[in-house]
Amino acid sequence: MAISTTTPARGRTATGRVRKTGPVRRAGSPAHRGDARLAWVLIAPAVIGFLVFAAYPTLRGIYLSFTDFRVLTPPEWTGLDNLKRLVADEVFWHSLGVTAYFVLLSVVIGMTLSVTTAVVLHRLTASTALRGVIILPFLISGVVAATTWSWMLDAQLGIVNIAIRQLGFDPVFFLGSSRWAIPTIALISVWKGMGYNAIIVFAGLQTIPPTIYEAGRIDGANEMQMFRRLTLPLLRPVLAMVLVLTVIGSFQVFDLVAVTTQGGPARASNVLQLYIYDKAFGQFEFGYAATMSLALFAMLIAITFLQMRLLRADESDTD
Amino acid sequence: MSASASAAASASAPPAADTVRPAARPTSRAGTRPSPARRRPSLGRAVAWTYLGGVVLVTLFPFYWILRTSFSNNYALITHPSSLLPVDFTLGAFRRVLGIATSAESLAEGGSGASINILHFALNSLIFATLSTGLVVFFSLIAAYAFARLEWPGRDLVFSILLTALMVPGILTLLPNFVLIKDLGLLNTFGGLILPGALFSAFNIFFLRQFMLGLSREIEEAALIDGASRLRVLFQITLPMTSGPVTTLSILGFIGAWNDYFWPLLVTSDDSVRPLTLALAVFKQSSPQAAPDWAGLMAATLVAALPMLVLFLAFGRRIVDSIGFSGLK
Repeated sequence: MAISTTTPARGRTATGRVRKTGPVRRAGSPAHRGDARLAWVLIAPAVIGFLVFAAYPTLRGIYLSFTDFRVLTPPEWTGLDNLKRLVADEVFWHSLGVTAYFVLLSVVIGMTLSVTTAVVLHRLTASTALRGVIILPFLISGVVAATTWSWMLDAQLGIVNIAIRQLGFDPVFFLGSSRWAIPTIALISVWKGMGYNAIIVFAGLQTIPPTIYEAGRIDGANEMQMFRRLTLPLLRPVLAMVLVLTVIGSFQVFDLVAVTTQGGPARASNVLQLYIYDKAFGQFEFGYAATMSLALFAMLIAITFLQMRLLRADESDTD
Repeated sequence: MSASASAAASASAPPAADTVRPAARPTSRAGTRPSPARRRPSLGRAVAWTYLGGVVLVTLFPFYWILRTSFSNNYALITHPSSLLPVDFTLGAFRRVLGIATSAESLAEGGSGASINILHFALNSLIFATLSTGLVVFFSLIAAYAFARLEWPGRDLVFSILLTALMVPGILTLLPNFVLIKDLGLLNTFGGLILPGALFSAFNIFFLRQFMLGLSREIEEAALIDGASRLRVLFQITLPMTSGPVTTLSILGFIGAWNDYFWPLLVTSDDSVRPLTLALAVFKQSSPQAAPDWAGLMAATLVAALPMLVLFLAFGRRIVDSIGFSGLK
């Protein structure tokens, strides 16, 4: 609310002031006469979009999280009731655990593979075509990726299980067992996002001057030492950014789960976003769903802040 | 609306890409091309190439498998599940998802009862993705111009207020935005699908502004002195000069909208305006558990992925570059 009321008001007084003092102050720049009015016309759509679809919903979401709101009747202020309910909600904590497990797997596996791929690409080839190939999965939707992998991992006819059987093992119920559902979805997520992250890391590697490696080689460092002592420290800001984005994205995973398992079997893959969606649109408890969204948002802020601090993401070792 | 924090961030630094590219290319060569002394084949290089080959294989195989399955007869898939080529080659799956197969025909090829009129949904997706991308890029462009070139009181303050939107993730705004769209009576309309993301994008404005600040003002100033209006300068001089970043933002925006799932899931309730991504998910979920029409599903998947593959073939290098530079702010 604070933002939505101050911005237009400021605009009005600002325009007014320019009309009074403008000619005096800007006598030397006739080119900028009338700029203020034109500027407000040009930014009007963006400002309206910001106020109506970003600022207002954010504040309304925070407000709704302290209410009992079932869409059809007006919200009713209930103070901290939703929060108390959240703390006692076992399904919420279970979903949070499932989500954390998913984030852990996709971040660890995804980061390892992305960095490895970027380093290997950087050492072997400058081919844009190869880099293009590895970002292909990023361009398709989560739904397409999830449908395709559901088919490939099908317990009876899926090509992956046929290969597993041919190697003499029992078929794995990748998406149908509580044990494998989350690791499988995490791998699909890694498949989809790995190339994208690798390209970012690759671009980071390109900014490291080759002379640094030559110096390292002259000093007798081997590949492994140079990777650990030179590449990783120099790459830290880029790695930190990729890490933060992966964590934020993974915490909000939805489409992969909705298409592959719909949270099952027996809630084994019921990630937080799915639970929030179910509460809001399955049981019309918008107030409580808003509380959970707010909690997720608070956790993301805390985690991001922590990561930035730990990784000292804003400073590079180049200087 | 899919442009949650992370997705939006990915669309970030394309303008920088366009400015930096010429300078960056030579360094990349120097950085990647190993000196002759290290060119000799070694165990390490063999392992590295094998790894890369594995990555490419795992990346591309699912795409091949979509093709292979979509041209197969769904019944025959059961008997030859491991065949690397299409089983009993047929266009039947495509005829089923296009809605032009007779029921006897689809029964004979193992179609399930579930069907999907894919052209209708593809058209919906096209309308949704084109309009929302076109509008938001245009509105961001004119706003960026106001922030980069015009002098007016409060400019920097307004700019920094708009930028705070970068920190608000989708999870916080999606539910209230749904309520808002519902209150406006726009549920299940293109307006409801498009509006929340059509007016404002903090990322687009930020990076178009950065790009414009890097452009020389001289041509624009000359035109102004010659008596051209501000608007004419914007559309006839500045706009053509920003075509690079505008193209990049448009491609990334189009991809994002075409692939969006969550927002269409919230605001569409029947087939009338439902986009393809969502229709595909519904098709998948409504397939019978016992004997899904995998050939039909893969045919629909192929249609859903095809525009992205075409964009990739046309703009691959630009996409790769813009993603790469988004990490180097």
